[in-house]
Amino acid sequence: MAKKSAEYQAVARKDLTYRQWIWKEMKRNWAAYLMILPYVLIFTTFTVVPVLLSIVISFTDFNMLQMPNPVGLENYINLFFADDVFLTACTNTLIFAVIVGPVSYLMSFLVAWFINELSPRIRSIVTLIFYAPAISGQVYTIWGVLFDADSTGWVNATLLELGLISEPKTWFQDADWVMPLCIVVALWTSLGTSFLSFIAGLQGVDRSLYEAGAVDGVKNRWQELWYITLPSMKPQLMFGAIMAITSSFGFGGVVTALAGFPSVDYAAHTIMHHLEDYGGQRYEIGYSSTIAVVLFAIMIGANMVVKKVISKVGS
Amino acid sequence: MARLRTRKHKVVLSRSAGGDVGITILLTLLGIFMVLPMVYVISQSLKPLDELWMYPPRFLVSQPTLNNFKDLFVLMNDSWVPFSRYIFNTLLTSIAGTFGHLFLASMAAYALAKIKFPGGKTIFKTIRTSLMFHSTVTAVTSFIIMSALHMIDTYWAIIVPAWGYTLGLYLMKQFMDSAVPDTVLESARLDGASELRTYWTIAMPMVKPAWLTLIIYSFQNLWNAGASIYIYSEQFKSFNYAIGQITAGGIKRQGASAAATVLMMAVPILVFIITQSNIIETMGSSGMKD
Repeated sequence: MAKKSAEYQAVARKDLTYRQWIWKEMKRNWAAYLMILPYVLIFTTFTVVPVLLSIVISFTDFNMLQMPNPVGLENYINLFFADDVFLTACTNTLIFAVIVGPVSYLMSFLVAWFINELSPRIRSIVTLIFYAPAISGQVYTIWGVLFDADSTGWVNATLLELGLISEPKTWFQDADWVMPLCIVVALWTSLGTSFLSFIAGLQGVDRSLYEAGAVDGVKNRWQELWYITLPSMKPQLMFGAIMAITSSFGFGGVVTALAGFPSVDYAAHTIMHHLEDYGGQRYEIGYSSTIAVVLFAIMIGANMVVKKVISKVGS
Repeated sequence: MARLRTRKHKVVLSRSAGGDVGITILLTLLGIFMVLPMVYVISQSLKPLDELWMYPPRFLVSQPTLNNFKDLFVLMNDSWVPFSRYIFNTLLTSIAGTFGHLFLASMAAYALAKIKFPGGKTIFKTIRTSLMFHSTVTAVTSFIIMSALHMIDTYWAIIVPAWGYTLGLYLMKQFMDSAVPDTVLESARLDGASELRTYWTIAMPMVKPAWLTLIIYSFQNLWNAGASIYIYSEQFKSFNYAIGQITAGGIKRQGASAAATVLMMAVPILVFIITQSNIIETMGSSGMKD
C-alpha cells in the first residue's frame, strides 16, 4: 500500500516541473507552515536578525546616536592590529576554551560512564551531586568567599595555619591566580546539559552489543569503551560537544562576578568582556559587532574541528 | 574468548579489580570537589555572627541558627520597592515565558518532526546551528531590535525571547522523532483529524517527559535571570537581581548573602530531584545524527 502511493507520487512528480511540485507540496502542507510560524517568527526576530545585523553593523561606525557610516574593513583592521586588549582577550578566551571545553567534556563523560553501572538510586544521587552546581544560579559566588583576599578567608587561613604561605594571597585580585581560579570555578559549574545527555546515551547502548563484543575478543573495559560504547553514542557525543563549546566560550559572567570588571591587569579578560565593554559601556556598536562576528567565526570553526574529531571515534 | 560473568542480571565483561578501585577513588575525589563548596555555602548560611567572624575560620558550622534567614527577610522589608513586587516579577516572567515556550516550541517541533514539507529540514538545521551561539553575543543587536519594537523596559523583553529558546525546540523535536510513531499519526489523519488536532490530542500526550524537560529548562533560565540589560525600571526587575543587591552590601552581610544563595538554589535543585528521570529520558534522544 505504502509502496503503491510512493510510486503514484513519483509519477505525479514527473508530470510537473520542480517548481510546480514544490508549490503543490507547500499548498498541501499549509498546516505545517501555520504551526511553525509563531516560533519561527520569534526565532528569526531574536536570533537570526541579531546575527545578520551584527555582520552588517560590523562594517559601520554605528554608535546609537548618529546615522551609521560604512567604514569598510576599518573595524576589523583596528581589532586585529591596533587593539592590544583584544589580543589579550583572544589569548585568554582560547586558554579558557581549550582547557574548560575539553576538560569539562571529558569529566562529564567519565563521570557519566563511571556511574552507569551503579544501581539506579545511587546513580540518581550522584547525578544530583554533580549536576547541582550547574543549575544553582549564582552559587559559584561562594568561591569568592572561600578564596577571600583577607586572612579571614577560609583558604588563606588554612594555608597560613599550615605554614604554606606567610601572608594572605589576594587570589581573585592577583593577576597570577585569577585565571587558574576562574577555570576551576568554570569547571565546577560545567557538568550541565551534556552530562545529562551522556548519562542518557550510556543507558541507551544496546546491552547485546557488549555480549557480541566479548565473543569477538573485546578484552577489557577500555576496549569495550572504544569499540562499542563510544561508537554507539556518537550522536550524544556530538550534541554534548556543541553544548560544551557554547558554554566554554560564553562564561564571562563567572569571571565578572568573581574577579570584577575589568579583571586585574585584564588577566582574565575574555572576548565576551571586550564585547560588553564596547557594546554595553562605550556604545561603539560598530566595533562591538566586529568582535561578535569574530566570536561567531571562532565558534563555528571550533564546532567544525570537533565534528571531524568525533567522526573518527571508534575507528 | 573472553570470560563472561553476570552482575545484577546483565552480562558484563570481567572487570579488573584495580580498575574498579581506581574509578571509585577518582569519582570520590571529584565528588568531594563538587560538593564541598555547596556544603560551605549551606554551613555559612547557618553560622551565627561570632562564627562568621571567628579566626581561624571553621569550615562547618558548630551552633547552627536561622538568624541569617531572619536578617535576610528584614533586609527585604527595607527595600525601596516592596519585595513582593520582585517575587511577582520573577513568577510572572517565569510562568508566561515557560508556557508560551512550551506551546509554541512543541507545536513547531511537531511540524518539523512529523510533517514532511519543503523547507522544513533547512529551518530545523538553522535552529540547530544556533545552539552554538551564546545569547550574550547578540545582546547588543537584540537591544536595537527590542527598542525598535518598543519592548525595552517592559515584561515582554524577558518573556517573548524566552518563547524562542532553541534548546527546548531541539530537544522536543528529537524526542518526537523517536517517541511518536508515524503509524499512529497516519491513522488519525485518515480519520480526518486536522494536523493541529493530531498534535494536541495524540502527539503531545506521548511526549510528557519532553515537555517536563522544556518546562524545567525554561523555568531554570528565567528563575536564575539576574539583571537584564533590557530592563531599567526598578519595579520590573527580577527577584534574583534584588537578592543580589541586598547581598552586595559588603562583608557585613555575609550571613544574609549565604542565606539568599541557599534560598535561590533550593528551588531548581528541588525541581530537578522531582523530575530527574523524565529529563534523562528526554536526553536519550538528544543526540545529533549528522
